[in-house]
Amino acid sequence: MSDELKNTKTRRIVPIGPYHPLQEEPEFFKLVVEGETVVDLEINIGYNHRGHEFISPELTYDQVPFLVERICGICSNSHPLACVQAIEDCAGIVVPPRANYLRVIVHELERIHSHLLWVGLAGHFIGYNTVWMWAWKYREAVLQVFENICGNRNHYAANKPGGVRRDITKEQMPPIFAAMDEIEKKTWMLTNAVLDDPVIRARLEGVGILTREQAFAWSVTGPTARGSGYDIDVRRDFPHCAYPEVKFDIIVCQEGDVFAKAKVRLLEIIESVKIIRQCLEKLPDGPIEARIDEVPAGEGIGHTEAPRGEVFHYIRSDGSNRPLRHKVRAPSYMNIASNVVAVRGGSIADAALTLAAVDPCYCCTERMAAFEDGRLKHTGQELLRLSWQKTETMKQRYSR
Amino acid sequence: MREHEARFKEIFPAVDIYEHNPRRLYLRIPREQLTAAAKFLHNECGMRLAICTGIDTREGFEVLYHFADDGNGVFYTLKVLAPKDDPRIESQANWFPATGWIEREMHELIGIEFPGHPNMKPLLTSDTDWDPDKRPLRRDYERRAEEHEN
Repeated sequence: MSDELKNTKTRRIVPIGPYHPLQEEPEFFKLVVEGETVVDLEINIGYNHRGHEFISPELTYDQVPFLVERICGICSNSHPLACVQAIEDCAGIVVPPRANYLRVIVHELERIHSHLLWVGLAGHFIGYNTVWMWAWKYREAVLQVFENICGNRNHYAANKPGGVRRDITKEQMPPIFAAMDEIEKKTWMLTNAVLDDPVIRARLEGVGILTREQAFAWSVTGPTARGSGYDIDVRRDFPHCAYPEVKFDIIVCQEGDVFAKAKVRLLEIIESVKIIRQCLEKLPDGPIEARIDEVPAGEGIGHTEAPRGEVFHYIRSDGSNRPLRHKVRAPSYMNIASNVVAVRGGSIADAALTLAAVDPCYCCTERMAAFEDGRLKHTGQELLRLSWQKTETMKQRYSR
Repeated sequence: MREHEARFKEIFPAVDIYEHNPRRLYLRIPREQLTAAAKFLHNECGMRLAICTGIDTREGFEVLYHFADDGNGVFYTLKVLAPKDDPRIESQANWFPATGWIEREMHELIGIEFPGHPNMKPLLTSDTDWDPDKRPLRRDYERRAEEHEN
């Protein structure tokens, strides 16, 4: 790209990041622009790596779910759920029905809070701070439900290999039903207000289009795929947990623009509310965990539909109590890469929004830390210093 | 449910199929056939690439291509092996953009070569002064006890 740049005087680079007010987390996008039009994009990641795949083989199967829960604060149920399913797949364990229902309840609660978080941020990005504050206010009800049933607003520690750690008692149910009613009502109001607003429509429609063919070629998942008419959802396509026993719709939009992705997320909140109600009503009696005697040598795949798409975990076991290899792939890993095609042809003003439309989660995408001779090579402070240094270099370069 | 498996066997008779359970198939193929097999699963059968896993084993570097058959709910995992003295596996990135990042990551962390990749620079450490010869996910990478003291 740099050679090309030298040859064309009209092309400029607009850097976004690694630290940027529009981003919650560090990521570096180099937009190559001609006038106002984005013609290419280069993505640099690696500012947020913590080495989970490196650390995991040193931990026991009981400890690994706690480690992967820390990959991300927003999908902190998806990673452990996929991870314990990989362990169960490897060992051939059948999870008791009650545990399957409890898993789904926590998982769908997480989807509601994550989608509301995104709607709020998207509103903030386009200058609709009312949407941001409303969405986050409604999200608070979900966090309180989490605190009630898991003891924590985030990092719920709900899953363990073979089942779940905590039961939901009869006394805990009425507040959850009440919260669901409230969230459903408020989400409909928010959805109608957002989807009917002519300015929001004008701002989001036709922006950052990812076609179905591109979605398939880049193997994107979740709302990013479903907003492009690529009809995939792990909850339906790969029956697991209690999903085959509840009724819900998969929201699919054909347009592929930012508006379609927003619509998919907003309507999915309503579906999640439906799933949680059914699970609470149908919750079967019985044990909440199966006993695991050993994890035999072999391999297992576990995956689940996180708010952003499919979370994928692969575990290889050598018959000991630790994984030999543990591969983690978060949905953003596939979704962020597809930005390269989604921003091309758009304007600079739309680029930041398009980049945010996949609901990127950088914590999930990157899980590596730089170790050398047994020591952490870059501390957080040093990374910060490197970043400041880089910003300083750029400042000088652009002020010339 | 398994028409893809039957067709795969027909086209690639050298495949060694292990069925872990009805939803998890592992297909071991010679590495020369990888591109044809991946093209068959993605283009012909409409499967999505979940991700690749690179593993350093005693026999060599093993690379797993996890393909998700969303229509039938089955995972087809292609397994190829590259010997340690010749760790090369043909890159898929020029026809299949979903493999672009993960091939860079496997090259960076394990040291597998992917000839034909259009942009083989480090994915995670391009902005640091990390020594590119150090491969943290190799078995011979030195793990010391002190690293947890930090």
